[in-house]
Amino acid sequence: MLRAYVILFLAFLYAPILLLPVFAFNDGTVIAFPLDGFTTKWFAELWTNDELHAALMNSLFVAGTSSVLAVLLGLAAARANIRYRFPAKAAAMGLIMLPLVLPEIIVGVSLLVVAVRMLGLDLSLWTVVAAHVLICTPFAIAILNASFQSLDPSLEEAAIDLGCSRAETFRLITLPLVMPGIVAALLISFTISLDEFIIAFFLTGSDPTLPVYIWSLLRFPRLIPVVMALGTILMIVSIGILVLAEWNRRRGLARTGAKDSGGFL
Amino acid sequence: MTDAPLIRLRGLQKYYGDYHALRGIDLDIERGEFFSLLGPSGCGKTTLLRVIAGFEDVSEGTVVLAGEEMTRVAPNKRPTNMVFQSYAIFPHLSVGQNVGFGLRKRRDLTADAKDGLIAEALAMVGLDGYADRAAHALSGGQRQRVALARALVLKPKVLLLDEPLSALDKKMREHMQVELIRLQRQVGITFILVTHDQEEALVMSDRIAVMFEGGVAQIAEAEDLYRRPNSRRVAEFIGTMNFLPATVTGDRVSVPGLGEVPLAAVQATATTDGETVVGFRPETATLLFDGQADTDHVASGHVAEVVYYGDMTYYDVALSGTEATVRLSMRNVFGRPVLEIGAAARVAWSPGALVLFR
Repeated sequence: MLRAYVILFLAFLYAPILLLPVFAFNDGTVIAFPLDGFTTKWFAELWTNDELHAALMNSLFVAGTSSVLAVLLGLAAARANIRYRFPAKAAAMGLIMLPLVLPEIIVGVSLLVVAVRMLGLDLSLWTVVAAHVLICTPFAIAILNASFQSLDPSLEEAAIDLGCSRAETFRLITLPLVMPGIVAALLISFTISLDEFIIAFFLTGSDPTLPVYIWSLLRFPRLIPVVMALGTILMIVSIGILVLAEWNRRRGLARTGAKDSGGFL
Repeated sequence: MTDAPLIRLRGLQKYYGDYHALRGIDLDIERGEFFSLLGPSGCGKTTLLRVIAGFEDVSEGTVVLAGEEMTRVAPNKRPTNMVFQSYAIFPHLSVGQNVGFGLRKRRDLTADAKDGLIAEALAMVGLDGYADRAAHALSGGQRQRVALARALVLKPKVLLLDEPLSALDKKMREHMQVELIRLQRQVGITFILVTHDQEEALVMSDRIAVMFEGGVAQIAEAEDLYRRPNSRRVAEFIGTMNFLPATVTGDRVSVPGLGEVPLAAVQATATTDGETVVGFRPETATLLFDGQADTDHVASGHVAEVVYYGDMTYYDVALSGTEATVRLSMRNVFGRPVLEIGAAARVAWSPGALVLFR
């Protein structure tokens, strides 16, 4: 009974996603069975689309910048959270983590109002970066919290005791030991930003990110198989990055002999 | 200046908010001493050690190390090194890199000279040839040794040890106690050990400071501390002691159940007339078995409880004419029977072993 339930549940989760590659290789513009034959022409069409390339570069820029910023903020917040006690810490951390569960459409609309109406900013990739930092930072903190949690505070004290300054201690001891967490946080923030649509849709100006561009393609039925092909590639890249992040985290644990206190995945 | 103590602590006070962690500590520790800070958890012993290391600021008072006032000096500028309770071995470095970590900044040493010092330090703790091993693959006892080597290779004036043996199993702990004593004699560095284990403190230390609630209750050599605790609280914390109510009248002290002896014959910290308490250690009194003649001071009673330990038997004896029960520890001599509960008992005791408390 339980087994049947699990199988149904997994099918519900993954069957639609598995249809993506099926139609990406289907030689026909109508998304329906029966299939019309095998082709790679949709992928070839991706290759020659300049607008798509521009959107991809925009997304890589946004994802790269916002993941680095989110991880830098996350490092500071996670270290403070684990090492220090300060007033209203739980409340402060709770508020920082809130964007994890806040509906993205609310974040998108309110940021749009603030950016355009109140700050008078022009929408650009930078407004998207700012918003993506907001939603990626909680993920970065969650991962880095675990890294700092498993870091024995005596290690930093021992380094100072053996003659290191605070800066040297961070560089020689703290940083190498939380590096797997940093890499994992970077990869996951990057993936989240790369896939994010709603907020980017509100805040992007004349330069669309990849998901926004994909959405605009959906207006042309002829191009739907192209979207399927693009989706297939994005799915593989996303899964690849997440696997890389988890592999890196486990390797870090094995290298330092630390106990696995539950990773992000 | 050579006569000045290596460590001089004066009037140390430490507050954590409202919590008074150190209440006026004055302490002198000599060069080459093996000194222990002993007390129950929360007594401030670890805080005091961290004050000496420089990891905690004091609210009031001064810390003088080797003739230099260092109250506000950072830990990396002090002539002290610490062995942490968790050992704090850097897991991403090899054993050799761990031991050589503090030597990194020594520009006056060549790489070869550093390698020599590292090998020497590892040999000293019995880990010859471990330099290239990964630190995270070591056992608890080995980590402990690496932590020791890492601190000792810097030849500090003072080595601070924060409950270094508490994470080891009993056998390993006893082995490392002896090892630490040997090391300390070999290098001649002042060791300050924090422990909650009174036996460990007695085994290892030249002198012991017993701490309760942020203050020092007694500072004494191990034997002195055991034989002449200056308060009932210290006596209870160190080993086992029997306590009996007593009355002082003039120059005599009377202990119901034992008898009356001259005040001059017992060890007294203060002598005032009136109700008081005397104590004696279980091994200072003996049970007299059949055929053994009475000595000068014999109390009678019956066996209330027998606890058999193999080499020793503990007897609880209820003394006649009182409600008091005293514990005696008897070595199990071959051929002598173990008494049973309810058997009549004669207890031979010595006035000189009695300690009179205020």
